[in-house]
Amino acid sequence: MAGATAHKVSFLDRFKMALYLHKKNSTDSLLSILKQPTNSWLTIMVLAIALALPGIFYIMTNNAKALSSNWETTMAISLYLQETTSQQQAQDLVGQLLAQDKFQSVSLTSKEQALEEFKKYSGIGDSLEMLTENPLPMVINVVPDEAKVALSELQSLVESLEKNPIVDSSSLDAEWINRYQEILKISEKIGSFISLLLAIGVLLIVGNTIRLAILNRREEIQVIKLVGATDAFIRRPFLYTGLWYGLMAGVIAALMISILSNLVASSTGRLAELYQSQYQLLGLSLSQTFALIGIGALLGLFGSWISVRKHLKEIQPT
Amino acid sequence: MIEFHQVFKRYEGGHEALKGVSFALKHGEMAFLTGHSGAGKSTLLKLIALMERPTRGQVILDGQNISQAKDRQIPFHRRKIGMIFQDHRLLYDRSVYDNVALPLVIAGVADRDIPKRVRAALDKVGLLTKEKQLPIQLSGGEQQRVGIARAVVNKPPLLLADEPTGNLDPELSAEIMSLFEQFNQVGVSVLIASHDLGLIARLKHPVITLKDGRTIRNDLIEEVHA
Repeated sequence: MAGATAHKVSFLDRFKMALYLHKKNSTDSLLSILKQPTNSWLTIMVLAIALALPGIFYIMTNNAKALSSNWETTMAISLYLQETTSQQQAQDLVGQLLAQDKFQSVSLTSKEQALEEFKKYSGIGDSLEMLTENPLPMVINVVPDEAKVALSELQSLVESLEKNPIVDSSSLDAEWINRYQEILKISEKIGSFISLLLAIGVLLIVGNTIRLAILNRREEIQVIKLVGATDAFIRRPFLYTGLWYGLMAGVIAALMISILSNLVASSTGRLAELYQSQYQLLGLSLSQTFALIGIGALLGLFGSWISVRKHLKEIQPT
Repeated sequence: MIEFHQVFKRYEGGHEALKGVSFALKHGEMAFLTGHSGAGKSTLLKLIALMERPTRGQVILDGQNISQAKDRQIPFHRRKIGMIFQDHRLLYDRSVYDNVALPLVIAGVADRDIPKRVRAALDKVGLLTKEKQLPIQLSGGEQQRVGIARAVVNKPPLLLADEPTGNLDPELSAEIMSLFEQFNQVGVSVLIASHDLGLIARLKHPVITLKDGRTIRNDLIEEVHA
């Protein structure tokens, strides 16, 4: 049969063809994005913002966590001693605690010192003159060594200290740190939820952009199907377009974040100076930056895949 | 090459385009399909190209019952058929060369073989000098020849043409028809839907005439039962 499809395609040729097509499709779709700047860039900027927002939120919670870990070093326990405790008994307890090697510092505040401090800071010092005796208890201030006592063990440490008969009550200055961390956890949850919504937003935006691209090329797709193109062949350029969108948006989002964190870093530096703190703003690390770009690219690819899957089926030659 | 066995096609909405059509086109045979518009010519061609599926009956291409082909087999099936349309169906943002190369690119032909084969196809239709032009810069007859070059570049065993001379004057129509005869002479099976009865009468090929979805003249009928 003379007119038969005499041409045989070897496996190697097929493989080379696939590689060639991938290369061609990826560059073609990149070029077509770059060729129609306004439309594509508008989409990419929207995607970039949607990717940057979770990134910024991530940096904020990350820094808030880092801040609170700084504060943990300053946590302290105050032990209020029984009224009847003698100076000697108090000194003995200080000695015992120091011997335990768990604490950075243990110091005793006598009744008189406590009264002095109270007069000084409370602002009602004059009225205290009317009291015949000093109502304030002796206080032992204990600062746990953060290397030896974890935050989670703090509560049980306090409880064990309270068992000592001369200890009347105690207060843990770290209480508010716990609350702060609970708030952090809540805001982290809200952050993840918002990130999820924004990721869905990215999928929808890419999906819609690809949908429009497919509809624009409806006739071309029909013709290509008529000459025997497989779905994979038709799909590929659109998938690459989605991938490029996501990738570029990821890069721009990373840029936005780094510009923002550099801007903020200089002012947080000044603020930290005022607090005599060594605190430095944490930006995105290199691997986190790549992760952001990678997530962008994956979302772009996935968004276009959903759209292509749905719309290419609808276009059949007539 | 093509066999139809009692093929019925009813479209959604109830219109019956084909009502029990049978015929057989042998390998290397050339035939015409005629009838008024709406008689079922296009439907018949669409069934062969799997653009539609029959409601009943069998369509057999090259010994295979294509009515049962799976969707993912359709592209490979279409590569065996060169299709030519009245409205050419070219890609107007690509050069003549790229249009003709399309089936080869799609079929995964090696890069080095493509130029040679595209130029051979363009040479056959007499458009070798126009490969760099866009389809829109060509006349209607030339565009149709680009469509023919695209249809034959992959050397399919079967050519289907739907009103290929519909928009052309008689002289150009005759030229196009003689092109089809040339391909037929080297062994390609050709089925042409046309209502240009004068032209068909002058060319001595079997004819199937459809009316309201039935064959009223069928030069290819004997072979079905043979």
